[in-house]
Amino acid sequence: MRLDYPANVKIIRVPCTGKVDVLHLMRAIQRGADGVYVVGCLEGSCHYKEGNLRARERVMHVQQLLQEIGLEGDRVRMYNLSSGEGPTFAAYAREMTEHIKALGPNPLKKWATA
Amino acid sequence: MIVAKRKPFDEIKQLLKGYKKVLNIGCGTCVAVCLTGGEKEVSVLNMEIDMARKLEDNPIQIDGFTIERQCDREYLEALDNRVNDYQALLSMACGAGIQFLAERYPHIPVLPAVDTTFIGVNQAVGWYEERCRSCSSCVLGLTGGICPVTMCAKGLYNGPCGGTNKGMCEIDSSQPCAWFMIYERLKEQGRLDCILEITPPVDWLNQIPRTLVQPGYKKPE
Repeated sequence: MRLDYPANVKIIRVPCTGKVDVLHLMRAIQRGADGVYVVGCLEGSCHYKEGNLRARERVMHVQQLLQEIGLEGDRVRMYNLSSGEGPTFAAYAREMTEHIKALGPNPLKKWATA
Repeated sequence: MIVAKRKPFDEIKQLLKGYKKVLNIGCGTCVAVCLTGGEKEVSVLNMEIDMARKLEDNPIQIDGFTIERQCDREYLEALDNRVNDYQALLSMACGAGIQFLAERYPHIPVLPAVDTTFIGVNQAVGWYEERCRSCSSCVLGLTGGICPVTMCAKGLYNGPCGGTNKGMCEIDSSQPCAWFMIYERLKEQGRLDCILEITPPVDWLNQIPRTLVQPGYKKPE
């Protein structure tokens, strides 16, 4: 399809969003990522039954943790699509990028070490 | 197992105010099983503290170390060579573990990161329910395996009270009456005579810390 999506999005592949842990999302923000989003299968379509539902819970938990420490919880989001929806993937990447741009850079970036 | 709940983040942050170098110590037994104070929870809390302090331009060095059990000297020993580098210790163990840690290192402030909540069971992943109040006087043999101290709002050893209402408790209509459950179970087991036995009340007042030395384990003089 050769679809364009913003170059600032770095993809980390996992076998299932159920593999994504609170630690992974928190670490990304701690190390200066402006935002993190988890893209899982459509709800009800998880090959492992409830991996994406568990990921959704974890994303919501991380949003709370970020708010507690004084960051915008919405820097972390969850999106759902099916593997056949390339254009939707690109659209979500654009949407998240615009959203994060509106929030501004992660204030922890200046503390992040290379 | 002993179930604990993490303290609100603001309370932990307040406890750490003024410290620049802290060791957060997890416990690998009960509080790890109830997903409150094990190795992973230590990492998450440390990240939160690290980020919160950086956002205030007041960074802290917070390291993490999890031992098998904080209520056991054998495992606490692993900390002896580490703790002196820190201004304070944060503990994610239950109240017993926190106190044992503080007792071992009386020269260093030991701060709690969790609230010890109850002795309970694992209903599902992340879902725990209280079952025991550690009353030292177990009557489960007479009550069909249902604890009246924990499950009855009034902790009655001899019940039910006048507030039992069609199987539910008068203090909370969603809470089953413990003594109704006990009656039903004993009836099913053909042991209703057990309910007639009167249990004397436990003397809850003026308790000193309880001690147990198992037979055959008394230290030789």
